Amino acid sequence: MELTTVWFALIAVLWIGYFTLEGFDFGVGMLLPVLAKDDTERRVMINTIGPVWDGNEVWVLVAGGATFAAFPEWYATLFSGFYLPLLLILVGLIVRGLAFEYRHKRHEKSWAARWDLALIIGSFVPALLWGVAFANIVRGVPIDADKEFTGNLFTLLNPVGILGGLVTVGLFLTHGAMYVALKTDGDIRHRARALSVKLGIGTAVVAVAFMLWAQVHTGNAGSAVAFVLAALALVGGIAAAYVGREGWAFIGTFVTIALAVAGLFIGLFPDVMPSTTDVAYSLTTTNAAATDYTLTVMTWVAVIFTPIVLIYQGWTYWVFRKRISTHHIPTAELAA
Amino acid sequence: MDVLDIARWQFGITTVYHFLFVPITIGLTLLIAILETLWLRTKSEHWLRLTKFFGKLFLINFAIGVVTGIVQEFQFGMNWSDYSRFVGDIFGAPLAVEGLLAFFLESTFLGLWIFGWDRLPRGLHAACMWLVHLGTLASSWFILAANSWMQHPVGYDYNPETGRAELTDFWAVMFNKVQLVTFPHVVLSAYMTAALFIVGISGWLFMQKKHEHDRELHRVGMRFGAIIAVIAAIGVTISGDFQGKIMTEVQPMKMAAAEGLYETADSCAPFSIFTLGSLDGTEERAALTVPCLLSFLGTGSTDGTVEGINDLREQYVAEYGSDPGATYYSPGDYTPVIPITYWTFRLMIGVGMAVVAGGLLLLWLTRRKANPRSRWIGRLAIALPIGAVAANSFGWIFTEMGRQPWVVFGLMTTEQGVSPGVSVFEAWVSVITLTLLYGVLAVVEMGLMIRAVKQGPDPFVEPPNPTLAGREDEDAPLTVAY
Ligand code: HDD
Ligand code: HEM
Ligand code: HEM
Repeated sequence: MELTTVWFALIAVLWIGYFTLEGFDFGVGMLLPVLAKDDTERRVMINTIGPVWDGNEVWVLVAGGATFAAFPEWYATLFSGFYLPLLLILVGLIVRGLAFEYRHKRHEKSWAARWDLALIIGSFVPALLWGVAFANIVRGVPIDADKEFTGNLFTLLNPVGILGGLVTVGLFLTHGAMYVALKTDGDIRHRARALSVKLGIGTAVVAVAFMLWAQVHTGNAGSAVAFVLAALALVGGIAAAYVGREGWAFIGTFVTIALAVAGLFIGLFPDVMPSTTDVAYSLTTTNAAATDYTLTVMTWVAVIFTPIVLIYQGWTYWVFRKRISTHHIPTAELAA
Repeated sequence: MDVLDIARWQFGITTVYHFLFVPITIGLTLLIAILETLWLRTKSEHWLRLTKFFGKLFLINFAIGVVTGIVQEFQFGMNWSDYSRFVGDIFGAPLAVEGLLAFFLESTFLGLWIFGWDRLPRGLHAACMWLVHLGTLASSWFILAANSWMQHPVGYDYNPETGRAELTDFWAVMFNKVQLVTFPHVVLSAYMTAALFIVGISGWLFMQKKHEHDRELHRVGMRFGAIIAVIAAIGVTISGDFQGKIMTEVQPMKMAAAEGLYETADSCAPFSIFTLGSLDGTEERAALTVPCLLSFLGTGSTDGTVEGINDLREQYVAEYGSDPGATYYSPGDYTPVIPITYWTFRLMIGVGMAVVAGGLLLLWLTRRKANPRSRWIGRLAIALPIGAVAANSFGWIFTEMGRQPWVVFGLMTTEQGVSPGVSVFEAWVSVITLTLLYGVLAVVEMGLMIRAVKQGPDPFVEPPNPTLAGREDEDAPLTVAY
């Protein structure tokens, strides 16, 4: 296989890692006002992702860095083109990241409420905009002969882009609810499970519509298989949640997200950013790629270190495998 | 202002801001790992209380370090897309490797350290902090390799067909001679800065009536920090001296600009401590100079030749053609902004050395027999970390602005690197949003930091002694929770 193809696949893997892992972090953040009845329950939810959210977020940094190294032209066009959405994503990630660390530092209601808001919005905005961005990459955007994006913010806010945003928000909400059901105990566990079924059914509608569009737009046999399996995994996950098998339910949405992203990348190949101006201007795995030498170096690094990272990240989940419930939260009265 | 100016302001603001927190993170991870290890070895509760106290302050700092780092990662593509296209083949690799090797390590093991007090056996818990520190070193290594390549490009070929620089030797990039002197200088100044952070906070608490009961603890903390700061400072000076030589070799203009030296000095070039005169140094009214020091800094010999700006400018014009810098620098032509390079270089050294001297003074004032009581000692202490952080910023502003008008020395000017597709409106939205946000965050961060310092260390609580299988009492509240 060409090294450029290997790296296209590896970048797909990095995004899959990002969306499956930070996906549930985003879901937990967005569900904060919906699922938790009081401050203690909010803290239960936050503590289910407390030790792991930062490690999950690194997946996007590596995806960005790997795109820079393996496909510099893709990195340059994508990030300078999707400028304002990316800025909003960054602002979201900034306030959200601080919310985890700062929320509990002062015991005042208004302080906690403000950081809750940061957590909710900082989870929602990236969840939505990553979907918009990916839908637009697949759909194609105006790119000129110099590989420059020539549209603006409104170019991206087309129906397909918005549908894509709804899909990621829906999937992450469902995934997050399943995660809360899996990682908590007591009342909130049951509410999370019931909600995950409802969210899952709603999400299934938009997700299937989006995958149908993607299949018609750029699909091939491989993407069709991935999309069908993704849809089945989602149905399976919802069913598992319904009958109270929380572990399987979470695996269901995990696999759904993984396969849906895989389907998009399979359909996209060999383009990385199709141009709607002229197909000749599309960025592809060949014309956007770094040299073979750089890709070889990077391949060695990836082959050696990715398994190590997976092992210690997996180990963290094992160390923090216990469910959390309200009596695990050290009491702290919030002053007015 | 055009997109270029705005993008430069944004890069300067966001990077300097990121680097306010970075040296404290790099250094404190080491110092906290040492403190925790001392506790494990001696079982003395002092060390555990200091571990937890500075652990708490460290986390407030770390959070901002992380979130501002995310902006850095994407900023190259957003504002500097032509730069990214040109150097991606070389520059992208260290960035990607940094993520894979360093950021995963830092974030995962820090999560384990924060929440692992009642989950991990003690030795393993301390090991987590050592691994976080290893992560910060790896992070520094790769990002500084990327930066050193911009200062002194090596291991590449220019490919006229693709119009970009292409990697030919990864190891040459990793072991660039600029990298070999920059890495120790930056990491040692980080150790010095974080050690002075401990000195400042312990020293301030040492003088507070409210914390009288913990006076002995704070004396220990302060002296621990001060000793490490002094050792690190010696290393900073030595590595800085090496850097001066390498810099004179690969970017002679930067050395000339550091002194505002217009005419080549054939031997025994003096180094001025300060100069009064016209801002660009063309005219001099009064100056305090140390004879031959510039020659020594630049060449290692007191009668070495240091080339002046005027000669170098002619050489550069002959070598690189018509002035690339003239469009946005006047008097431009391959000359960085002299007052800035001149003063930031002095301030880096001056402020940095002054705060180390302050550390030495504190060490003497608080020697075993002395029991000083003066509010001034507290104030002096708290000024030290602030000065150290400032010295770091001056160092970077000097290094980066001294390279101008190049973004990659000799290959690409900053002007050529900017994104052609980004509008002035977008660039403004971005710089204003980030600057305002960073401003608010600075206030919030300082507020939390001051609060936590005023509270002082928590009373001694022996942490549980868990096994990997988990705690005995699974229903008890978590020792640490968000
Ligand atoms: C000499 C050291 C150094 C320098 C020059 C820089 N950084 Fe940095 N960076 C670190 C040392 C560091 C660190 C010590 O590793 C940090 C500080 C806080 C932290 O979490 O790790 C970090 C955090 C950090 C993060 C967040 C990592 C996470 O989520 O855990 C990113 C994405 C970057 N940095 C990226 C950059 C980029 C693109 C830079 C160049 C413009 C840059 N940093 C300059
Ligand atoms: C590997 C790390 C770094 C890289 C890759 C890097 C890259 C760059 C680039 C591309 C520019 C050009 C834009 C411009 O001129 O404004 C620049 C400028 C600048 N950088 Fe760095 N930089 C790095 C580290 C740092 C750090 C850590 C600091 C300081 C804390 C810093 C401070 C600056 C400043 C102040 C400028 C503005 C120079 C000017 O406006 O002329 N840089 N750097
Ligand atoms: C006698 C003392 C010192 C000398 C001779 C010295 C020398 C230098 C030189 C020559 C550079 C520029 C390197 C280049 O652009 O190629 C530099 C950069 C820098 N210095 Fe210093 N320095 C000294 C003290 C300090 C102190 C006390 C600090 C901070 C605590 C500090 C922090 C930095 C930083 C962060 C940079 C930018 C990164 C780099 O290029 O290494 N320096 N120093």
